[in-house]
Amino acid sequence: MTEHKIRVLIAKPGLDGHDRGAKVIARALRDDGMEVIYTGLRQTPEMIAEAALQEDVDVVGISILSGAHNALIPQVIEKLRANGQEDVFLFLGGIIPQDDIPALLAGGVRKVYGPGTNTAQVCTDIREAFAERIEA
Amino acid sequence: MKPTLLDELRKGDRLALSRLLTQVERDTPSGRAALEELFPATGHAHKIGITGPPGSGKSTLVNALVYALRSLENDPKVAVVAVDPTSPFSGGAILGDRVRMLESQSDPKVFIRSMASRGALGGLAERTAAVTQVFDAAGYDFVIIETVGAGQSEVDIVRLAHTTIVVDIPGTGDDIQSIKAGILEIADILVVNKSDHPGADATLRNLSTMVAMGQRRQYSATKHGPSLSTPKAETEAEPAWYVPVLKTIAAEKTGIERLADAILRHGAYLRESGMWEQKEAAALRETIIKMLASTLLKNWRARIPDEELEAILAKVSARNISPQEAVERLLAL
Repeated sequence: MTEHKIRVLIAKPGLDGHDRGAKVIARALRDDGMEVIYTGLRQTPEMIAEAALQEDVDVVGISILSGAHNALIPQVIEKLRANGQEDVFLFLGGIIPQDDIPALLAGGVRKVYGPGTNTAQVCTDIREAFAERIEA
Repeated sequence: MKPTLLDELRKGDRLALSRLLTQVERDTPSGRAALEELFPATGHAHKIGITGPPGSGKSTLVNALVYALRSLENDPKVAVVAVDPTSPFSGGAILGDRVRMLESQSDPKVFIRSMASRGALGGLAERTAAVTQVFDAAGYDFVIIETVGAGQSEVDIVRLAHTTIVVDIPGTGDDIQSIKAGILEIADILVVNKSDHPGADATLRNLSTMVAMGQRRQYSATKHGPSLSTPKAETEAEPAWYVPVLKTIAAEKTGIERLADAILRHGAYLRESGMWEQKEAAALRETIIKMLASTLLKNWRARIPDEELEAILAKVSARNISPQEAVERLLAL
């Protein structure tokens, strides 16, 4: 039996075409020893949930810069739940107005990160969440 | 853990399948128990290996190939196991093959799974064969295995796959590259991808020449050996497989139907010639030998105290004894 590597899906839903942030975070998680499945730009919530299902990930990390988070994130969460993956942690990064954050967190997002976030903090948060998942 | 996992799998439960793949990849007790139960149901899937250098378009080719296989009349189920390298420093990995395979991922008869190589060097992960068995038992007709970007010696795939496809691209080397030993030799089908790029014809020519030389050897061995073999051997000779060299532009799905056709022909050839069973037997033998090696090592390690091992290793570091002598002493413990 081998150590359970943390598997993370990094996805970018919607139409904005800037995936530098997603790639930086993917690289940081890799350097922290996680297995990162990267699916590229312009994913629908269905595609993200399907990839999360096939890859049996522990965490889904979503990057949104377009402002469409209030529309897209609830859909992603709904699809994940519909597939039976309610125990997958959802992390969100991007340009998210402060006012929107409480509702996102209440809706099931584990953490929301803005510009300038320290990647080490993200790694720590994911490991914390993962430890909870393993205990549960 | 959950006794119902296998029933769910057979009913086509994708979450159950996905979770089982994780258990098998991690080699957990429940994963092992599942493999044991599933084993009698394996041996039906056509396992197709895709290998070639990084950036040659393997993932894009897989995407196109999945599409072509799914268009076949008998409506087959297709699984993909895509292996990407694990960082030797952090143990982490970026698994990016999926980016090229989005087209079919929502098709309920397609299942794509990424795997990190986790330190294995032969182009596959240690548990790739086991993961393939799960798909096989779950009723997938084709399992496509994409190796890590391979150079010249990552040839494990040939022991796992029934049909090995080696992908090359124009401009990767002169004709001396194509006569070296290694990856090109293992091909059942050779593909020159990105064949709209300059130099495609030269690459095609080099590969075709290499293949023709190999086939002449095979031909003379099986057919033209009157001084060496009896005439009877001529009629009983196995039908030969002529390695096709195909041009594709995977991103545009050009040449993919011919590739799919070649794969099906190769599958039929293997079954008719009896090579299918031979390959299966060889793959199982390989699996057992590997398991045996790792079990022996683990059992040996479990009964050797750390101090004794460290003491002998220290003697080697100090150049007091050679590694060879160290092994002899360790085995004598």
